[in-house]
Amino acid sequence: MSGAQGTSQMTAQAAAGPGRGLLLAALVAALFFATGMLQSWTLALLIVNMALVSSIMALGVNIQWGYAGLFSVGTMGFVALGGLSVVLVSSSPAPGGWAAGGPGIVLGLLMGAATIAAAVMAAAKLPKGRTRTLGVAVILIVGFFIFRAIFDPAVQAVEANNPAAHGNLGGLGLPVLMAWPVGGLLAAAVAWAIGKTALGLRSDYLAIATLGIAEIILAVLKNEDWLGRGVKNVISLPRPVPYEVDLQRSQAFLDWASSWGFDPITASSIVVRLMYTGLFAAVLLALIWLSQAALHSPWGRMMRAIRDNEVSAEAMGKDVTRRHLQVFILGSAVIGIAGAMMTTLDGQLTPGSYSPLRFTFLIWVMVIVGGSGNNWGSVLGGFLIWWLWVMVEPIGNGLMTVLTSGMSDGWLKAHLINSAAHMRLLTMGVILLLVLRFAPKGLLPER
Amino acid sequence: MAEPFLIGEAMTGGYGGADILHGCTIAVEPGEIAVIVGPNGAGKSTAMKAVFGMLSLRAGAVRLKGEDITALTPQARVAKGMAFVPQTSNIFTTMTVEENLEMGAFLRRDDIRGTMDQVYTLFPILKEKRNQAAGELSGGQRQQVAVGRALMTQPSVLMLDEPTAGVSPIVMDELFDRIIEVARSGISILMVEQNARQALEIADKGYVLVQGGNRFTGTGQALLADPDVRKSFLGG
Amino acid sequence: MDILNALVAFLNFVFIPGLAYGAQLALGALGATLIYSILRFSNFAHGDTMAIGTVFVILLTWGLQSMGISFGPLPTALLALPVGIALTAVLLLATDRVVYRYYRRVKAAPVILVMASLGVMFILNGVTRFIIGTSDISFTDGERFILTAGDFRSWSGLAEGLAIRTTQGVTVVIAMIAVALLFWFLQKTRTGKSMRAFSDNEDLALLSGINPDKVVAVTWIVAAALATTAGTLYGLDKGFSPFTYFQLLLPIFAAAIVGGLGSPIGAIAGGFVIAFSEVMVTYAWKKVVTYLVPEAMAPSGLVQLMSTDYKFAVSFVILIIVLLVMPTGLFKGKSV
Repeated sequence: MSGAQGTSQMTAQAAAGPGRGLLLAALVAALFFATGMLQSWTLALLIVNMALVSSIMALGVNIQWGYAGLFSVGTMGFVALGGLSVVLVSSSPAPGGWAAGGPGIVLGLLMGAATIAAAVMAAAKLPKGRTRTLGVAVILIVGFFIFRAIFDPAVQAVEANNPAAHGNLGGLGLPVLMAWPVGGLLAAAVAWAIGKTALGLRSDYLAIATLGIAEIILAVLKNEDWLGRGVKNVISLPRPVPYEVDLQRSQAFLDWASSWGFDPITASSIVVRLMYTGLFAAVLLALIWLSQAALHSPWGRMMRAIRDNEVSAEAMGKDVTRRHLQVFILGSAVIGIAGAMMTTLDGQLTPGSYSPLRFTFLIWVMVIVGGSGNNWGSVLGGFLIWWLWVMVEPIGNGLMTVLTSGMSDGWLKAHLINSAAHMRLLTMGVILLLVLRFAPKGLLPER
Repeated sequence: MAEPFLIGEAMTGGYGGADILHGCTIAVEPGEIAVIVGPNGAGKSTAMKAVFGMLSLRAGAVRLKGEDITALTPQARVAKGMAFVPQTSNIFTTMTVEENLEMGAFLRRDDIRGTMDQVYTLFPILKEKRNQAAGELSGGQRQQVAVGRALMTQPSVLMLDEPTAGVSPIVMDELFDRIIEVARSGISILMVEQNARQALEIADKGYVLVQGGNRFTGTGQALLADPDVRKSFLGG
Repeated sequence: MDILNALVAFLNFVFIPGLAYGAQLALGALGATLIYSILRFSNFAHGDTMAIGTVFVILLTWGLQSMGISFGPLPTALLALPVGIALTAVLLLATDRVVYRYYRRVKAAPVILVMASLGVMFILNGVTRFIIGTSDISFTDGERFILTAGDFRSWSGLAEGLAIRTTQGVTVVIAMIAVALLFWFLQKTRTGKSMRAFSDNEDLALLSGINPDKVVAVTWIVAAALATTAGTLYGLDKGFSPFTYFQLLLPIFAAAIVGGLGSPIGAIAGGFVIAFSEVMVTYAWKKVVTYLVPEAMAPSGLVQLMSTDYKFAVSFVILIIVLLVMPTGLFKGKSV
């Protein structure tokens, strides 16, 4: 099944070319500018930063869907893995955490991995039949109990270690920027394991499978307290940029701010956010440069050939499953990097706040609205949709207040005003349907 | 000559791209068997599908009982008394034999039991297997279900696209016998056949198509006797 | 060794909850599988269809309750169910008219229809929250238990109690009626047969004069009935919250795929396979095991294979195993 059917038919629309892209980019920029002018620049920068992160996530989905037509809806899981990597790499070490049960946990996990490997090998080696079924089942069951026997006590020991502050293995205390590539690697490693099992499946099955995997990854994050403290959250993760209060204490900064006539408090928060913006923009541009290069390399052309006609590509001797695995891993790694960046921006990991609507399907809306197959489209979609996602709520509230202003006070009026907050899901759905119907190639069609 | 019962006259067209048919004419009279033969890629199936309205013609016309039906959809032609048995996927595999026949008669609101009995008389094996899923039957039996399903509308024209594809020679003879029986009941048969020689033997009229046009036309016997036809299309 | 008490504990904590949950999943999976086999796409909005159908039923139930109408010992929601189904059917038909019909006309790839269903999912989710908010809602009333644990203990003299909640009994009975009606409809009626024919071989169905628009419309109506019933039964049993219903998408599709996507029998079997696996893997077996083994060997831990938080993992693992071993599911489904 191909992602963007009939790629060639729509070239006429794409021929509108860079002009159209610049115009749309200017429009989106105007939205952000208006937000800065009418509301506040700190808010505008906050939206810009998350829009940059969202654009990178959208880029990852675009690599999977736009380049290769892989219908993976496990985005949320890879975002969460990126967040986990920040905790593992850069949070402060938990004294005594590793000693309490670290080796036991690692041994237990190795045991679990060995069990699965043994079961897979047994399934491959033994002749088909009852012996094989029985053998695999015995290996799995015995392995499971050994795993639990080693793993459980170690976990209990770790979680009993100073539970108010830690109760986890703790991080390595390394600079947070290092967590970003690690987040990519972690996501890539998990994507490899998933891809090995699920990529042979038909597209709908792959979708359901990846949806499930994302939920499982989140369940692990929520419940395995030894790993990332679960829903107890890990807060005060280190920052790659200075703290506002430190800036406000710095005489040099105060002098600089007053020389421009800025209020030091506002100036410090704007400067900090601008630093994030700079970092994120640098990562985004680097990733776009890389993916543009990949897209126009022989590898990218082959990917699109596979997407547009899997059967004939296979007949031409292309190893479709292998290529799909590559592109699935690459896209997941990009999403993992974005997830790490987001957790860095938030300064905390809160597994309870991840939901598939926000972290999977919203990213999909960005890709489709922006134009699947087009990297700049993903960026445009990321900025536009994220701005809407943030702004629809206040706009909806304002609209509802105006609409109900003529109504007498009562439960209906109160209900309508309270419910306006839910307008954002509705809006996203309407936008997705309108784009699918009237501009199926998105705002910036693939060239 | 009087207007034939069903005629696709000077049909030109294809599936959107280049034309496959070039002024091809196919006609059949009531109770007659007309067979379309020719080499691979000659447009045999396309000609049949054109008669049934499964592709739009750029030129030419299809008339049934003198009425121009060129613009009608295949479904509308079914209602006019035409029935079509596709070459593949011509039965509902997950449904029983009897349900297949019922679905064939979907458009009819009257009592269909009489027609079903006629089909069972024609193909006794189907009565035996009436409650079995059609997908479980042998190739020949499936073709019987397919023909039976098409007969359930009580059509005046039965169109068969390579009914004997993939069945054994014995089953093929058996099927041809049944087809002759159907024709004797007054139904026109229009059929595309790969097995040209056997098909022409039972044909009242034969059409040899080459590259989307009529090359030879005549009675089945005449074509079988024609040395040119024998040499080029019947292997000597 | 106390087999009777062990059995009662098993029935009480595993079998009865699993049976009710399985029936709810089966109804949900039937709707999803029917849409898949006729409209030929995986409807991601199915969980939210269940949610909005349940919202209709809840609103109607509140209306009935405020008028003082009740259904005796049974939940009032059952009286509201038929009207709720009708409203959901109207909504789905309207959705089809506005969204899906266009893609059928242009013969879009199935994945485009899936994307469209994502859009519908967002909208239904938003509308649900808009109407009823995000908090948990319990809307069951009437008699709470068919059989209470205390009554069972005094009747049987066993230490273990066996409780059957009204909602569990209602779930199983309604699900049986719904499934019987569905199979009668598909197997015996002209319209039902035409739907099966359409699902089996669309081109041949068209050649036979079956009206595709009618088949599609009837499919949405049946799907509305199944989804609303499944949602209402689940909500009566476990309470309603929009997010939970969205998450039901996973076990429901797992059930449909495990059973064989497109096969109604498979959807039912899949529903029970997923439900019982989920309950059995996440149940703490300590009580049952303690009854069965000599006192000295009684387990100290919970004897729980996995924490309840991993119930999605169960659906998922079963899904993967079945797909790897038999790609078309337990009952041969169809692949598009």
